[in-house]
Amino acid sequence: MILIYLSSGLFLGWSLGANDASNIFGTAVGTKMVRFKTAAIIASIFVIIGAVLSGTGASHTLGTLGSVNALGGAFMVALAAGMSVFWMTKMQIPVSTSQAIVGAIIGWNFFANMLTNYNSLIKIVFSWVISPVLAAIFSMLLYILVKKLLQYLSISIFRLDIFTRAGLIIVGAFGAYSLGANNIANVMGVFIPSSPFHTINLGFIRIGNTEILFFLGGIAIAVGIFTYSHKVMKTVGNQLVKLTPQSALIVVLAESLVLFLFASQTVHQWLVAHNLPAFPLVPISSSQLVVGGVIGIGLIQGGQHIKYRIVGKIITGWVTTPVLACLLTFISLFFLQNIFEMEVYHPVDYQFNPAVTKKLESKGIKIPQSADRLHFRNSRQVKQFVDTCNQISSDSIHTLLEYSRQDSIYIDPHKFPHFKDEVADWFKPGEIKALLELKNNRYTYKWRLREEYLKSLNISSQNTEFSHLGSKLDYIYQYFSLKEY
Amino acid sequence: MLLKKTKQLENKVNNFLDIINDAGPFLVTGLDSYFNDDEEKFDNYLEKLIKLENKADGIRRNIETQLYEKTLIPEARADVLSLLEALDDIIDRISGVIREFNMEIPDIHPKYHKNYLLLSEYAQNAVDQIIRASRYFFNDPVEARHCLPKVYHWEEEADDISGELIRNVFRDPDIGRLSIKLHHRMFVDRIDRVADISEDIADKLSIFTIKRSI
Repeated sequence: MILIYLSSGLFLGWSLGANDASNIFGTAVGTKMVRFKTAAIIASIFVIIGAVLSGTGASHTLGTLGSVNALGGAFMVALAAGMSVFWMTKMQIPVSTSQAIVGAIIGWNFFANMLTNYNSLIKIVFSWVISPVLAAIFSMLLYILVKKLLQYLSISIFRLDIFTRAGLIIVGAFGAYSLGANNIANVMGVFIPSSPFHTINLGFIRIGNTEILFFLGGIAIAVGIFTYSHKVMKTVGNQLVKLTPQSALIVVLAESLVLFLFASQTVHQWLVAHNLPAFPLVPISSSQLVVGGVIGIGLIQGGQHIKYRIVGKIITGWVTTPVLACLLTFISLFFLQNIFEMEVYHPVDYQFNPAVTKKLESKGIKIPQSADRLHFRNSRQVKQFVDTCNQISSDSIHTLLEYSRQDSIYIDPHKFPHFKDEVADWFKPGEIKALLELKNNRYTYKWRLREEYLKSLNISSQNTEFSHLGSKLDYIYQYFSLKEY
Repeated sequence: MLLKKTKQLENKVNNFLDIINDAGPFLVTGLDSYFNDDEEKFDNYLEKLIKLENKADGIRRNIETQLYEKTLIPEARADVLSLLEALDDIIDRISGVIREFNMEIPDIHPKYHKNYLLLSEYAQNAVDQIIRASRYFFNDPVEARHCLPKVYHWEEEADDISGELIRNVFRDPDIGRLSIKLHHRMFVDRIDRVADISEDIADKLSIFTIKRSI
C-alpha cells in the first residue's frame, strides 16, 4: 500500500532521472566523450549520495510552503506535478519539476484550507528567476578563465581531449550530486510529513525516515537514468547545447555550482555566519540552468548562441507550470476525496489560550482579550481573524500559526525503550535522559514540549546552541505524536 | 597511463609532420641534380623520397587507427584526419614530380632552369609554412592562424612564376615543337600543384582553428 502511495513520487523521480541526467552528461555522451554506461553509473551513484546526504535543505523550504500531511494528498500532489511536467514537456517547454511541485503544493493548500507561506513562495520564485541568471554569469566567468588558461598553457589537442573527458566525468559527478541534493525535494519532499517509514538503526549508521524516502527517490532517479536517459541524451543533449566539449564542460560546471549553492546547507550557514547574502535552499530547474549557461557563453561570444525563443518559453513556464499543476491538484484532490473517499489531508486546529497569548506577547504579538480560547479549524480562519484584528500585524501570521497550532504529543513511557534503541547512536545520553524526565507528559503544543525539553537540558530557548537540536526535536514530535499521519 | 599514450600519439603526429617537412627540400635539390645531369644524386633523392612517402603513409594510418579505436578527440577527429590526409598529399605530389622527371625526362632548356628552381623554392616555402601552421593547430590554434597568410603569399608567388614560365615557353622561338611546350606546361603545373595543395590545406585550417577555439 505504501508503495502505491509513493508510486507518484517514484514516477516523478523516474522522469527526473530520464530528463535531467541529460543536462549533466548529455553533451559528454552525445559527443562520445564519455560512454553512456560510465555516465549512467556515475550519475546514479552521485544522485543517490546527494539526495541522501544533502537533500534536506531544499526540502525544508518546500515544507514551509505547505506541509502535505496525508499520504493520499501527497500521492496526488506528486502525481499532478508529474502530469504537468509531462504535459509541458509535450509542449516543448523546458519545464521544471520544481515549478510543478510548488504549484501542486499550493493547490493542496487551497484544497485543505491551509495558508500558503507567501514569504517562502517569494523566496522560491525569486530563485527560479535568479538561478538561470547566475548560471549565465558563472559560465561567462568560467569561459573567460578557461580561455585565458588554454591560451597560456598551449595544451595539445590530444591532452586537452583527455583533460576534458576527465573534467566531464568529475564535473558530471559533482553535477549529479548537486542534482540529487537539490531536486530530491521535488520528488519526495511532499511525503516527508506523512512518511510511513521508521528510522533504521544499523549500529554503525542511523538512517532516518527522511533519508529512507530520499534513498528510494534516488533509486527512482537512477532507474530513470538507466532506462530512458540515453535516448534523451542522444537527442535533446546535443540539440540544446551545440558547443565544443570544453564549452559544454563550462556550462555543466556552472549548472552544477548553482545547483550546489541552492542545496548546500554548509554554504548557506557559512554565508549567513559571515553576514553575506545567502542563497535560499530551494529546488531549481537544471534544464533552465543549462539554458542560462549557454546564453552566458553566447553573450560573451557576441550573442550568436542566444535562443530568445527558449528564454521566452522559460519565462512562460514560470507562470504556466505552477498554475497548471495547482489546478490539476485541486481538481484531482476533489475527486480523490469525494469519489474515492480517501483522506487527502488531516485538519490542523489552532487555538489561543492564556499560555499561547503570553508566549506570543513575548514575541511582540499582542492578542486581544476577546480572542482568548478562540478556536480555529484551519490556518485560513486564523488569517481571516488576523485581517480583521487591527492590533496584529499581518507579518506575524506565521509566528502566530506556529504557536497556536494544536498537536497531540504524549511522551509514552512504553514507547521509550524502543525509542532509546533507535536513537542510541544519534542522541547524546544527556539528551535521552532529558526526554525521560518528561515521560507521561502530554503536550497540545509543540513549542511547550520544546521549551520543557530545553529546560531539562539546561539550554535557554534564546540560546543559538539549540538550533542543532532541530532535526532531533522533529523526530521526537513525530515519534510521540498521537495523531496518525 | 593515459598521458603516456597521449604522449606517444603526439610524437607520432610530430614525426609525420617532420617527414613532410623533410620532403619539401627534395623538390629543389631533386630538380637541381636533374638539371645538372647528376643521375646518381637524382636517383638517391628519389629513393629517399619514396621511403619517406611510405613512412608517412604508415604513420598516418597508425594515427587514424588509434584515433578511431580509442575514440579520441571525437569532436575534432574528422578535421584532424582530413588534415593528415591533405598533408600526405603534399609528399605524394613531391615524390610524384621527381618520379615523373625520372620517367618522362622532359627536355628543359637551361635558360628556364632558374625559374623552375625558383618555382620549386616557392612551393617548398608554402610547404614549410603549412607544416608550421599544422604544428600550431595541434597545440595553439590562435598562432596557427597567424601562419596562414604566409602560405597564401608563397602560393601567389608560385602562381606568378609559373604563369611567367608558361608564357615565356609558349612565346619562345627556340622551342619549335608544341609537344615540348605542352610538356613544359605539364611539369610547371605539377610543381605548382604542391603550392596549391598547401593553399587548400590553409583554407581547411582556417576553418578548423575556428572550430577548435572553445
